[in-house]
Amino acid sequence: MSFIGQSAKALFLKELVAGMALTLKYFTKPKVTLNYPYEKGPLSPRFRGEHALRRYPNGEERCIACKLCEAICPAQAITIEAEPRDDGSRRTTRYDIDMVKCIYCGYCEEACPVDAIVEGPNFEYATETREELLYDKDKLLANGDRWETELAERLRADAPYR
Amino acid sequence: MPKITIDGTEHEVDAGMTILQACEQAGKEVPRFCYHDRLSIAGNCRMCLVQMERSPKPVASCAMPVADGMVVYTDTPEVKKMRQGVMEFLLINHPLDCPICDQGGECDLQDQAMAYGMDHGRYKENKRAVEDKHMGPLIKTIMTRCIHCTRCVRFSTEVAGVTDMGLIGRGENAEIVTYLDQAVSSELSGNVIDLCPVGALTSKPYAFAARPWELKKTESVDVSDAQGCAIRVDSRGPEVMRVLPRLNEDVNEEWISDKTRYCVDGLKRQRLDQPYVRVKGKLQPATWPEAFAAVAKAIKGKQGSEIAAIAGDLADCESMLVLKELMVGLGSTNMDCRQDGSKVDPAQRASYIFNSTIAGIEDADALLIVGANPRWEAPVLNARIRKRYLMGKFPIAAIGPAIDLSYPVDWLGEDADILAQIAAGTHPFAEILKTAERPMIIVGSGAVARPDGAAVLGLARQAADAAGAVTADWNGFNVLQRAASRVGGLDLGFVPGEGGMDTGRILDGAATGAVKVIYLLGADEIDTKDLDKPFVIYQGHHGDAGAHVADVILPGAAYTEKDATYVNLEGRVQRGQLAVYPPGDAREDWKIIRALSDTLNATLPYTTLADVRRGLVKANPVFQGIDDIQAAPWGEFGTTGEVSGAFTYPIANFYMTDPISRASATMAECTDEILGGGEGKTGTDG
Repeated sequence: MSFIGQSAKALFLKELVAGMALTLKYFTKPKVTLNYPYEKGPLSPRFRGEHALRRYPNGEERCIACKLCEAICPAQAITIEAEPRDDGSRRTTRYDIDMVKCIYCGYCEEACPVDAIVEGPNFEYATETREELLYDKDKLLANGDRWETELAERLRADAPYR
Repeated sequence: MPKITIDGTEHEVDAGMTILQACEQAGKEVPRFCYHDRLSIAGNCRMCLVQMERSPKPVASCAMPVADGMVVYTDTPEVKKMRQGVMEFLLINHPLDCPICDQGGECDLQDQAMAYGMDHGRYKENKRAVEDKHMGPLIKTIMTRCIHCTRCVRFSTEVAGVTDMGLIGRGENAEIVTYLDQAVSSELSGNVIDLCPVGALTSKPYAFAARPWELKKTESVDVSDAQGCAIRVDSRGPEVMRVLPRLNEDVNEEWISDKTRYCVDGLKRQRLDQPYVRVKGKLQPATWPEAFAAVAKAIKGKQGSEIAAIAGDLADCESMLVLKELMVGLGSTNMDCRQDGSKVDPAQRASYIFNSTIAGIEDADALLIVGANPRWEAPVLNARIRKRYLMGKFPIAAIGPAIDLSYPVDWLGEDADILAQIAAGTHPFAEILKTAERPMIIVGSGAVARPDGAAVLGLARQAADAAGAVTADWNGFNVLQRAASRVGGLDLGFVPGEGGMDTGRILDGAATGAVKVIYLLGADEIDTKDLDKPFVIYQGHHGDAGAHVADVILPGAAYTEKDATYVNLEGRVQRGQLAVYPPGDAREDWKIIRALSDTLNATLPYTTLADVRRGLVKANPVFQGIDDIQAAPWGEFGTTGEVSGAFTYPIANFYMTDPISRASATMAECTDEILGGGEGKTGTDG
């Protein structure tokens, strides 16, 4: 019996038909994948991506060199040096984040009393060399300028839960 | 002794104590802002409130003396609530700017707000704003943060003895001011920064530089004067960020001078970080073997008597011992650690140390200062003299040009002849010294460095003997050294041996050609005009006077960069510790000399620091007891002879006395503003 049954299956291509049926079933269903570089999934306002240093609307940088982010950073990825600026205010002369060390825990953002250092929605910053991932203050401030609209919206959306 | 019950347990405490001190003794912590052990009681912050039975109101424990049968509570909910109330009042006007405040992380208010603060404020009104005051180049003020504890005012009037600071206005309008908006004219002004419980007074050179939690703390000793104050060196990476005092009741209590605190920025400037060799009249960078080869070439074929060594003011005992043995190995006895030409007697320890000890000043009951300016030569020791003066019944007289020592002094005149009169007993002050039970005589290092210094020393000893200042349990004869290396060098015998030359004769010999090779171990305070003739080897850490005339420079380590032993002016052996590594190719000093000894075929028997320290003990047993003083036996020293001429003070500029402070930008600012600024400027200037 088993010989006849197997021969019939082979003759009528049962498995191939079943497979094609499955293919046909999913062929007609809506797609779940995204055409990634051209399409993107939704991101939570709490998504922790690339860092940025923000500015006040008048252009003044927010960071006051309190060094709380440096202190809390579990990976010790942040290095800050500060001194009085010409007008006597407290500012950083150096604000480096080693993005290779960073574990994207978001503690720096939580520690910041002035919402200066934030982790933005950007996750597409792969580089060809390691050195490009050692961010300095200029790079972080440039990030902040580029992403400010989304960063502000993101903070606004999450504000009620903070 | 009154019995007092604190939180249900009975304690017996000394009469005259305050409740706060009694609580402290009983192990109960009482929060406080205005109270400080070493200052008078103000009782104005109200943070130390405690509950007392049969008292209708809470009492401020810092200002309430204990009485028999008191029942005090420090940990009831009522007490907590009272303190919370006080904290809330303090925070009404205190800006919540902790993130930009330099005190953040080491702030009393911050810490105590964690215990007694509320999670939110109930005051919506505007906070008070106060204009910042100018307090000179050392102290940065942010007066809005001030909580009016008046610790700074009490420190400057009581300990420092200057009346530059005060609290004016009442209530909401109260402000701490320096009346004329000028720099605080005290050598101890930096201590108000440590005293300030909030961030109102902070260090100006250290502003925004680092946070306390990033700093590595190293306990060490200071070398900017001979007192050997206990300090804590705070460093970050390769950089010394600041220096703070450490508690040492016997030496500095908890104060340090401004030079100690602020000269450390000089450690980053003018440093010698690689060996140099003079080629065709110009110093050229070299490697260690090249430098050593140059030294070996210069020394080869020279007789021992043609080689000499002078140790500078910052040299540590280890390097002086190793250099001494190297000189002995080369057959030379020409060495001296007294670059000021001091005539103290190296054979008699009592002739060069501060026999009464620094803490002993408080036991003295009459004082004669001979040709010394303790306010500049040892500011913290001067504060001790002032502390003794404030206790009362302490006649102080001085011979020398009249200056403000921060306590009243009977200026007997400037001429050294007056000392002879006192020694002979014909001067009225001799009678005061004689009637005193524990008289003290402080002889300045400048007074014994005069050409007739040995006679001055002899007269001072006679005066001490005549006054009965030396008894079985008291020695009132003191020399006020001003160089950190001096007592250690004398203890080790870094002085001319048999037939050897002292500093003056070495320099003369350099001019005449009798001395052909001179080894300067950080010696910068000498007259270098004749040093272009001999071959000069300079080992040190700063490009100062000595390095300019050097033919070979061997870069050494500064006091924060080596484990080293120093002996302070009272003969206390203390150890400094390495906080950061020496820059570049610079090395610890004793290791350089040890390595050089190999090249010169006079290899010294030391391979580790422990070996050298055993050598120190062998050279002089006083090095056995660390942080200890051994009393020196009294003997004959000094010569008899005519003395004449006015005493002068050796320090012309308090803020610049050594290579480190001369390289410091902060010290240069102080020189400008505090010492030079007053002259030639009128009220409308600036």
